[in-house]
Parts: sequence; C-alpha cells; structure tokens
Amino acid sequence: MKTENNRAWFLVLPVFALVAFSAIVPLMTVVNYSVQDIFGPDDRVFVGAEWYREILQDDRLQQGLLRQFVFSFAILLIEIPLGIAVALAMPRRGRLASLTLVVLALPLLIPWNVVGTIWQIFGRADIGLGGVLVTALGVDYNYAANPFDAWATVLVMDVWHWTSLVALLCFSGLKAIPDAYYQAAKIDGASAWAVFRFVQLPKLKNVLLIAVLLRFMDSFMIYSEPFVLTGGGPGNSTTFLSQTLARLAVGQFDLGPAAAFSLIYFLIILLFCWLFYTTMMQLGRGSQQ
Amino acid sequence: MKPRHLLLVVYVVFLMLPLYWLLNMSFKTNEEILGAFTLFPHDFTLDNYRVIFTDASWYMGYVNSIIYVTLNTLISLSVALPAAYAFSRYTFVGDKHLFFWLLTNRMAPPAVFLLPFFQLYSSIGLFDTHIAVALAHCLFNVPLSVWILEGFMSGVPKEIDETAFVDGYGFTRFFLTIFLPMIRSGIGVTAFFCFMFSWVELLLARTLTSVNAKPIAAVMTRTVSASGMDWGVLAAAGVLTIVPGALVIWFVRNHIAKGFALGRV
Amino acid sequence: MARIELAHLAHSYLGKPAEEGDYALRPTSHVWEDGVAYALLGPSGCGKTTLLNIMSGLLRPTSGRVLFDGRDVTDLPTEDRNIAQVFQFPVVYDTMSVFDNLAFPLRNRKTPEAEIRSRIEEVAEILDLASCLRQRAGTLASDARQKISMGRGLVRTDVSAILFDEPLTVIDPHLKNSLRRKLGEVHRESRLTLIYVTHDQTEALTFADRVVVMHEGEIVQADTPQALFERPAHTFVGHFVGSPGMNFLSCEVDGGCAVVDGRRIRLADDTAMDGAKQGDRWELGVRPMFLELVFERPTEGVPVRITHVEDLGSSKIVTATTGGGNLKVRVGGEEEIRDGSAWVVFPPEQSLLYRNSRLCGKSAAGQP
Repeated sequence: MKTENNRAWFLVLPVFALVAFSAIVPLMTVVNYSVQDIFGPDDRVFVGAEWYREILQDDRLQQGLLRQFVFSFAILLIEIPLGIAVALAMPRRGRLASLTLVVLALPLLIPWNVVGTIWQIFGRADIGLGGVLVTALGVDYNYAANPFDAWATVLVMDVWHWTSLVALLCFSGLKAIPDAYYQAAKIDGASAWAVFRFVQLPKLKNVLLIAVLLRFMDSFMIYSEPFVLTGGGPGNSTTFLSQTLARLAVGQFDLGPAAAFSLIYFLIILLFCWLFYTTMMQLGRGSQQ
Repeated sequence: MKPRHLLLVVYVVFLMLPLYWLLNMSFKTNEEILGAFTLFPHDFTLDNYRVIFTDASWYMGYVNSIIYVTLNTLISLSVALPAAYAFSRYTFVGDKHLFFWLLTNRMAPPAVFLLPFFQLYSSIGLFDTHIAVALAHCLFNVPLSVWILEGFMSGVPKEIDETAFVDGYGFTRFFLTIFLPMIRSGIGVTAFFCFMFSWVELLLARTLTSVNAKPIAAVMTRTVSASGMDWGVLAAAGVLTIVPGALVIWFVRNHIAKGFALGRV
Repeated sequence: MARIELAHLAHSYLGKPAEEGDYALRPTSHVWEDGVAYALLGPSGCGKTTLLNIMSGLLRPTSGRVLFDGRDVTDLPTEDRNIAQVFQFPVVYDTMSVFDNLAFPLRNRKTPEAEIRSRIEEVAEILDLASCLRQRAGTLASDARQKISMGRGLVRTDVSAILFDEPLTVIDPHLKNSLRRKLGEVHRESRLTLIYVTHDQTEALTFADRVVVMHEGEIVQADTPQALFERPAHTFVGHFVGSPGMNFLSCEVDGGCAVVDGRRIRLADDTAMDGAKQGDRWELGVRPMFLELVFERPTEGVPVRITHVEDLGSSKIVTATTGGGNLKVRVGGEEEIRDGSAWVVFPPEQSLLYRNSRLCGKSAAGQP
C-alpha cells in the first residue's frame, strides 16, 4: 500500500512548475484571447462568448470537425485490427524477432514532415514508385488533383506511419502471456480463434486501451504529414483541424476566433479520450484481478 | 508458408517500399529522377549528400535538432524521475488530479499552443534558442515520462526502499545509488520515447525558431525554390533524418518489446 | 483410458545434442498401466515436466515413441491425443465464468450441453466450486483459480490420462491435504490413469499407488511406496525418500560380506556381488530406523563415535562417525544417549549393497 505523505509534493514540484510554465501560462493566454477582441497591444474589448458563437457556426470548423472524425475513426478501424494481426504474425524469439522489431519501429522515428515528404515522392504518378504502380493498374491516380485520391493517400500514409505502434504495443502484450496459457488451451482442444478470443485478446486489453487512446489523440491532432503531402488540398478536402487552426491563428491572425477554436478542439479530445477510456474499462471489467 | 506469415511479409514490404524509394532517389541525379523511371540508380551519385554535408545551413539543421532533442530528454528525465517516484510510492493531497492533469497535456494539440508559445518565449527572450524548443517539447514528453516511469517504479517492491532506509541510507543516496540502477531499463525506455517524440515533432520546433536553432525538418522545406524541386537533395536529407532514429532503435532493440508495454503489462 | 507406453524416449532442448549432459530426458522406457494413480517424484530440474509435456504432446521428443494402447501417437498434436494436463500455476480464462471455464474443454469437443451441465455439477461438487459457478473466473483468488484448472482436467470423462504438474504449489497447506484426498477419491471412483508430478515425497507417498522416481533425466525406480522405502533401486532414491535419508557407507566386498573400516557386515543377499568388475564402486545402504545403537560391545558391529543427537520428541536422530563416513540412527524417544563411543549393529535383512549407485543382487530383480 502507498503511504500518505504530503511532503511528496516536493518531489512533484519540478514537474508541476515545468508543466505549469509550458501549459498553464499559454492556456491562460488562450482563454484570455478567446473572450476578448484585440486591436492592438493596449486596445482590447471584452466580448464574452462572441467568438465561441461565431466559431461554432463557422462552416470551416463544422466541416473540419466532420473530416477529422471520419479520418480518426477510419484509421482506428484500419490500424487497430491490422496492428493486432501483424503482432500475432510476428516471430516471438530469436534474431528474426529483433530484426522484425527494428524494421517495424523505423517509421515511428521519422520526423512527421519527412513522412509527408516520403509519400509526396512515393505517390507521384511521374517519379514515385507507388504512383507509377497504381497508374499501371489502370487507375487514373493523382493525389494533388483528385480529392478521393488525396484522402486515400493520407489514409495509407497514416497506416504506414502508425500501424507499427499498435503492432509493437500488442506484441509486447502478447510476449507477456505465459506459455502455460497456450499449452492449457491446446490441452482443452481450443481452436485458433478460441485461443485468440479467450487467451490473447483479454491479455491485450491494457495495451489496446493505450493504443486506441494514443492513435485517437494523435490522429485527431494530425498536422505535418498532410500539410506536406497535399497542403490540405485539393480544395479543402484534406484540411484537418490542426491545419485549420494554424491558418486561422498564424495565417490570418484572427486571435479571438482561433483561441475559441483551440479550447473547443482541446475539449473534444479530452471528452473522447474519456469516452474511450470508460467504455473500454467497462467492456473489460472484472477481467483483471 | 502460413497465411499469417504472408501477412507479415506483405506488411514489411509495404513498410520498406517507400523507404527504399527515398534511398534510391537520394543516389540519383535530378536529371535521372525527372527523366526516366528507374528502379535503381543507373547514374549513381553522392552529390546530393555532398550538398548537405558541405553547406552549414543544411548540416546545422541536424546539429540543432540533436541539441534540442538531447536537452529535452535530459530535462524530461530529471524532473520526471522524482515525480514518478512520488506517484508510485505515496498518496498526497491532489495526487490523482495532478496525475490526470499531467496526462491531459499529452492530449493537447500542439497547434493550440503555437501562438501563446511564440509570445511567451519571445517575451522572455528565448525565441530561436534550443532551450525554447526543448522546454516546449516538455509539454508532451514530461507527462509521458512520468507515466512510463511510474509504471516501471511500481514494479519495484516497496520493501527495497524500507530496507535501505532502515540501513541508514538518506533519500538522495538511496535514490541515486540503489533505486535508479534497479529501473535502468525503464529509464532507457523513457529516454527512447522522449527522443522519439521530440525528434519527430515539427510544428512547435519550427514556430519557435528562425535561424539559429532551426531544426532539420524545417530546413527541408527550403528545397522548393524558383527553379523547381531539388528532389535528390530532398531525398538525401530525408534519408539522413531517418539515420539517428534507426541507430537509436538498433541500440534498444532488445528492450523494445518490454518498452512498448511501458512496464504495464 | 489407456495404457501409455514410452519406448526409448529421449529429449534435448538443444538443436544438436552431442553428449549425455545435453539431454533433459535420457533414453527412457516405461509403461504407465491403465487406471493406476502414479506419482512422478524427483527434485527440480530432473526432467519431470519434460516427460509430462512429451506425453501430452506439447513437446515432440528428440527420439523414441509414445504409444497409447499400442497406437503410436508421437506425431499427433495435443488436441488429438485426448489427454488432460494441469499446470503448476493456475491457468484460467479470465473473461469467462467459472462454469464456462469448466465447460470449455467439453464444448471444444462438441459434447452435448446437457451432459456438460451434469459433468460440471459433479466436478464442482468435488472441488467445492458449486457456489461460484456464475462468477467471473478472473475475480477469484489463486487457490480457487487452481481448482478451476484442475476441474477442466477432471470434467473430461474420456481422457487417456490426467497429468498433474505440481498442481498444489499455490494452494494453502490445509487445503492441499483435502484437495489431494479428493483427487484420491476421484481416482478410486473413476479408475482414471493419474500421473501426479511432485518434488514432495510425502505428497507422492500418500497419494499414489505407484511412485516413479526421476533423477537427472532418468527414471531410476518405479515401485510401490513401500518398496521405494525398503528396497531403493538407486542410492538417489535412498537419499531422496525418507527423512532422514538412507545411510550409505562406501565399502569393499569379500565373500558375501561388505567390509567397512575393516569389519565384515553380513548382507541380505550374498549373491549381490556376482559379476563384480575391477573398478566398481561399492556402497552399503541401510535405513536409519533399521540400525541398532548399543553401548555394550556386541558380537558383530561397527564401533562409532556419537557426534550429535537431534531430539524429535517421539524419536531421536543420532549422528555417529565411523571410519567409512557418517551414519544416522533413529532411536526411540525415551532412549538415553550417552556421548562418546558406541557400536552400531547392521541387521542383515536390511543391509543392501549398491554397485556404482545401483542396487544389486536378487532384491534388485524386477527393477527397470
């Protein structure tokens, strides 16, 4: 059992100070902006909920939000099952296992805009291997001109970039299952599906929760990769929330609306993380001691 | 071959193809890239790499990135270690709220903080310094570090602490000479994640720098010029951004499986 | 149920075993008779689990065959062998209820639901699980979890054998006894072939009809508990079974007698040294309870020096030194023991001769 000791605060103080400095101060600034109209350094007016009202009725936010949700759920639907399948197929021991781990982890350590660059090159129908292959299959493919192609490319790119994270999380979860469980299942005559359903999946619950949360929040914040790949186009078809926000704040310098936008954005992520967390805990309740 | 192994092979090929293409292009001349579609460089050249290694504005990008990534890893670890210890061993007023609040920062979109960060660091004169980027990245790396380390520390029995205190160790000496060595794999894993998330982030790093601390990822956007894209150099620069990550993975390859469980399986 | 025959079985965990030491299981032949409760006894690391896993098909032996009722099953996977095995640490399917856990092996084999229900009720009654059948298995404490693991073995009626791999390690001592008794009852009612692995001799001797002792990857003796005690086939069995273990004195042999420290000791079997070869290593073995300690010089006896007396209440264990080594003698609790010199008398009927660690002579007949 943990002991009660309020002096432990001293140990936490550095973290608190640091995170307060890089989170609370900026967040207060954002809150401040979101309720004021700013004309100059000393010229500002309190406008209350005006910016929130404006931004909630804004088409850009509504469409961006819709696109964002479609995108995040699409990649969760692809990456989670695919990641589990890859983890199940990975060799558990030996040299081949280390090699597979290294290869899988590689995309995770590439700077996000370079991921965009890689796919920008790879997907081009004139000089990119991927683009050339797809065109050779008889598809009229051009991610820079066709919204559907742009969407498909962004999705495939995200699957390429992040499925490994899900796979590695699941792999480490699978590694933690003692051999006796597989042996017992064999003795009980369990089918491969039953082994997955009753032995592996329950033990993956914790890592899957982490995987879903990380993939949801990171995909909801996606910025660099589509920005480099398509610049948000064609049209606004691949402009996700972060990019909309960056345009609003840094591009047009609409501080008030941008700040209101930021807070709404943040709250949506918090809300959904909480939803995922409680749902998954509910689903797996009692499966842990 | 069983179908599941086929899936793995297909997936690995899918992962490798774009990387191969990048590597392939980095050894080609621009004429070859644009002129003919070739599966491997016919006119093999190292010129693209030579451009990067001889131009300070290019290679300083790498140096800058490595400096702020290292700084961030050090800062994150040194503040997160005592805090994680406190969370794993004690209850105190507001501990749960604090822990949750820390984690919410991992969920904050960096885009939200762009402008406030820019103003904050400008006003205290840290704009365009390595430390500014390192501090900004603490926003998501410190909560993550606390969380990972807490998992590893909870795996160490509390009796170890008590025995050491009974044996007359002071807290600092116990923490540094007994406790830290026991969770060194956890520290390694945390450092790996700090490195990873700081290395791959661009949005904040680019916003907080202009010249002196400009990260390589931002320098790369330079290749678009009036004369068109310099594809070869862009590809070479891309390859070089993958190298540090690949090296780090190679060193921690035997801990990856345990590391990704974050000490919590 | 079946008669399980192991023919020249050997197993090594190394890819290319070169010498004897590379083998976890040395070439072994053995027959498990149908309907007998066996204990497989031996210290940790002697190859018990390896042997078990080969029988259940979790391991494929490096060489040799496994036969169930004469049918070669060596290449059959576990699920086609119809064998049940319970592991040392509880394995339960956390997300299922206790009932579903017990039903799992039957449902996988398409047993009719009505039969499953009646089997589970029976087994739950035996194992005291009836009250928590509806609970989720993951929420239970570890002894209840282990009972579920055992239950999954016991619900199956058609198995060739049930293998228990030290199943009571995690169970409370007082529960251990009652569970072991229950297993015994189940066995008497159903005449299942049970093989119960343990490193605890009390557990083995109280539970089993026959005890199979393993040592360094070999079966050294398979016998009734009594024979194990009275006629250990190997010095290891002598040491391992009984507390304190059997006394062994290195000796020489001469005309039907063992010679210890220049004194002749008559043996149970005077043909024991037939076929002796140059360089054989001889030992005289006798249980502490069969030795007699006297303080008056007897007609036949070995002079000793008493170095230590351990009082166990109902009996005393006396440690005495001879020229050939230390001896332990068990004497009655009331007996007065004086320090200093005394004599030990060896009863001929219980004095056994071992050549190169193995029992020899008539009394060794019928051993593997």
